[in-house]
Amino acid sequence: MWLYVARRLFLTIPIGLGVTIICFALVYLAPGDPIQSLLPPDASEADKIAIKKAYGLDEPIPVQYVVWLGKALIGDLGKSIQTNRPVIDEVMRAFGNTITIAVISVVLAMGIALVLGIIAAIKVGSWADRLSTAIAVLGISVPTFWLGVVLVIVFSVNLGWLPATGMGEGGSEDFSFLEWESLQYAILPIIAMTLTPLGILMRTTRSTLAEILGQDFIQTLRAKGLSEWQIIVHAIWNGAPQILAMLGLQLGYLVGGSILVETIFTWPGTGFVLNTAILTRDIPLLQGTILVLAMAFVLINLIVDLLQTLVDPRIKRT
Amino acid sequence: MTAQPTERHLQPVPPGDNNDRGGKAQPLLIVQNLQKYFPIRGGVLNRKVAEVKAVDDVSFSVMKGETLGIVGESGCGKSTLARLLMHLMPRDKGTLVFDGDPVDEPHGITLRELRRNMQMVFQDSYSSLNPRLPVVDSIAYGPTVHGVATSEAKIKARGLLEKVGLRPDLFGGRYPHELSGGQKQRVNIARALALDPRMLILDEAVSALDKSVEAQVLNLLGYLKRHLNLTYIFISHDLHVVQYISDRVLVMYLGQVVEIGPVDRIYNAPKHPYTRALLQSALEIDPEHRIETPPLVGDPPNPINPPSGCRFRTRCPYAEAICERETPKLGKAAENPAEHVAACHITNPVAGHSMAGRTLQSLPVEASAPRALAAAL
Amino acid sequence: MTDISAENAALIPAPQKPVVRGYWGNVWNKLRYDYVTLFFLGLIIAIILIAILAPWIAPFDPNKSSMASRLKPPGFKHFVLGTDEQGRDILSRIIWGGRTSLLMGISPVLFATIIGGLFGVLAGFAGGRTNTAIMRTMDVFFAFPSVLLAVAISGSLGSGMVNQMITLTIVLIPPICRVAETATAQVRTMDFIDAARASGAKTPSILFRHVLVNVMSPVLVYASTLVSASILLASGLSFLGLGVAPPTPDWGLMLSTLRQSIYVQPLVCALPGVAILVTSVAFNLVSDGLRQAMDVKA
Repeated sequence: MWLYVARRLFLTIPIGLGVTIICFALVYLAPGDPIQSLLPPDASEADKIAIKKAYGLDEPIPVQYVVWLGKALIGDLGKSIQTNRPVIDEVMRAFGNTITIAVISVVLAMGIALVLGIIAAIKVGSWADRLSTAIAVLGISVPTFWLGVVLVIVFSVNLGWLPATGMGEGGSEDFSFLEWESLQYAILPIIAMTLTPLGILMRTTRSTLAEILGQDFIQTLRAKGLSEWQIIVHAIWNGAPQILAMLGLQLGYLVGGSILVETIFTWPGTGFVLNTAILTRDIPLLQGTILVLAMAFVLINLIVDLLQTLVDPRIKRT
Repeated sequence: MTAQPTERHLQPVPPGDNNDRGGKAQPLLIVQNLQKYFPIRGGVLNRKVAEVKAVDDVSFSVMKGETLGIVGESGCGKSTLARLLMHLMPRDKGTLVFDGDPVDEPHGITLRELRRNMQMVFQDSYSSLNPRLPVVDSIAYGPTVHGVATSEAKIKARGLLEKVGLRPDLFGGRYPHELSGGQKQRVNIARALALDPRMLILDEAVSALDKSVEAQVLNLLGYLKRHLNLTYIFISHDLHVVQYISDRVLVMYLGQVVEIGPVDRIYNAPKHPYTRALLQSALEIDPEHRIETPPLVGDPPNPINPPSGCRFRTRCPYAEAICERETPKLGKAAENPAEHVAACHITNPVAGHSMAGRTLQSLPVEASAPRALAAAL
Repeated sequence: MTDISAENAALIPAPQKPVVRGYWGNVWNKLRYDYVTLFFLGLIIAIILIAILAPWIAPFDPNKSSMASRLKPPGFKHFVLGTDEQGRDILSRIIWGGRTSLLMGISPVLFATIIGGLFGVLAGFAGGRTNTAIMRTMDVFFAFPSVLLAVAISGSLGSGMVNQMITLTIVLIPPICRVAETATAQVRTMDFIDAARASGAKTPSILFRHVLVNVMSPVLVYASTLVSASILLASGLSFLGLGVAPPTPDWGLMLSTLRQSIYVQPLVCALPGVAILVTSVAFNLVSDGLRQAMDVKA
């Protein structure tokens, strides 16, 4: 098992490096001179020379990459063109907001998915099975930004129950999930983010469990006199690695893909920062945010993989 | 549905084979010192950490018109040997001589020529035929590769279907999933015959079939061999089938040849303790003669790290110190088709084994476990 | 006795030529009875036809604005689905918008299937270092959630239809490549490939005659599941302003601009999203049915 862990950690290094290469390349993907991408249009000549020096832009591209990577490793992701503040500060301020609603959404989705998925797997063809199939199809088919708009129309415009946008007066500093004053702002974004992972997790739970329940060893358990409930617990335990893997993937997708939902609800997370960066063509901010989010995704995948080795006896033994 | 082929389908090829080059005495295939090790990778960096000695220094020859049976437990390297002969995987060492011509060497024949002359029938399984091709196309594929026009190749394929006992109008357009196991195997044989080869390698070709179907296919093979002047290498783990079809038998153990000789001599008077144990483990048809003590105990040793000296010594009832020190050799005699030889120190009067020179039949069958193990009990 | 045997003989049917269906014949035979899939297949065909025939079907010019009739509800005068913030007919814009949205859903999948499939087959068939080089590169792209990757590339390239197409193609290549690689690696180990090689066939012939035909169906089925994802991603990018330029009708873009008016005309604002949802559901269900008919494991 430790060999597996060591190998998994080892494999993360080239992936991480690859991710930095893609992020680095984004500046060159942008049309025009990279200097123009890195500086506001009204920058002075002195600024241009300074940034050229700082990024080694006179050097060949591989050297530029190494310089950039070295800075990135110590947290220097350059400065935002719009605010002139360090990119890393902008991203980190928003990161917590994104993680919070992503985690809540995915936990909520997993909870519902487990209940409905288990019932659907036990009674294939029942109302729960059909409902879960319908939710699964909707979950992967629905445009989340449209769902957000619909939620706003129903709950804010028509019913007036919940606020449509923002995070409340105090912003993220005063935000607390224990107080309705701020909590109400988070509810719609969370619902909008939950549907897709709910559909996918439910489909995974249902198919994984249904497959396990159809295997011969389940009959053996039944023959041994285990109750149906014990058998289901057994099956869930067997399917846990697959479900866990999907759970991790979904969390990663929510963290990385929150841009649409956050844009609709003007939720001040990383997605919102990304949207600002796109609208203002703030390339350093775009690059930095994407690097942080991609690294978070790699890290989540790593953690899930390692957790999986704890749950899966087959990996543990090797 | 499957009609047995009748004699009118096939005109026997006259005994003088047009393709014969080396004459009657020249073996059709000579294999010398064939070797294949598979690397095993592991560790954090996925480096080579060990080797599986799948085929280790194997030499033998196949005479024209004979059937050479190859037997051994699963994992002894039979199938790897077949794939090496067909050049489906690169060999580490060794030479092949086909009818006097070295293969893939400056003065010999090319790989392409070898493949025209030597074909393989795979074990019947879902993967032996392309699921997306009608069987007639699968059979016709080989000739088209060698430049035969498609229409001509299809006519030939239909003729071959008839030869293997399948009506072309009924079966030619079918897809593999629409055939039974026996029918698929007949198609596999037809495909192998499509290039008019002189030699067929049959790798567990009937092992997956029902017994009655197996008998039909074996009869078909015998019939084809007589009428097309074929030479067979017949690989199987089924000792009865090998005895039925073979002229000579080669016994493999852990990637090496332990015994080779005419079929009656091997089956009636085996020289190697492994061969005897293997034969005894085959179920006797006559219930009166069945034995209850297992002739072989334990699993074969790990081929990654085979025992020193004689590889069978860990399971051999007659193992002695010499067997650990020295590897018994088959010697050059293995290439002489009339000889019956075994790689065992007992058969060599000068090797230094205490029972050297005695026949296996004169030795007690007392212990099924190695002596060392028996002493410890 | 003779007449009994004659009777029996009459009972035995004359040997008939069995029905031989090719692979695609079998697939169609299964699809024929899958009414859900057939219905949604019909829906897709209808949506595509409407998009193609937009100039003749759309009741109004999608770009003709009218200050007098801005943000009217469905049924206002001749506007069946109402008007947008510039007084343009929503129905006409949705009909025209299908052109961009479908183009963005289908063409990147097509390009990615060709490019990703090629790389995947190459990696799976060559194995060894070629495989490592290709698949490890793909792994790096897999380290990005697809939305993030799309936003990253699109955000850097800037808006525009061609850029959007390039972005989506790049995002879709790695998953298709992976499926093609797995399928090819599986086919490669099969005995009929060895049999083909044993008959002296050269690699290109084996690839085309034996590998591609068997790799095609899992790859095509998988690609069909990506059409819906591609439509969603494309409309998402348009929603963020990274797609086509404003006057051109596009479902994602319409949703984005109408969003400003949800307090005025909520129902109208949600309509372009319905078009996206229906199309996306239809593609998802059809690809599900296709997968079952083609018997490809999920």
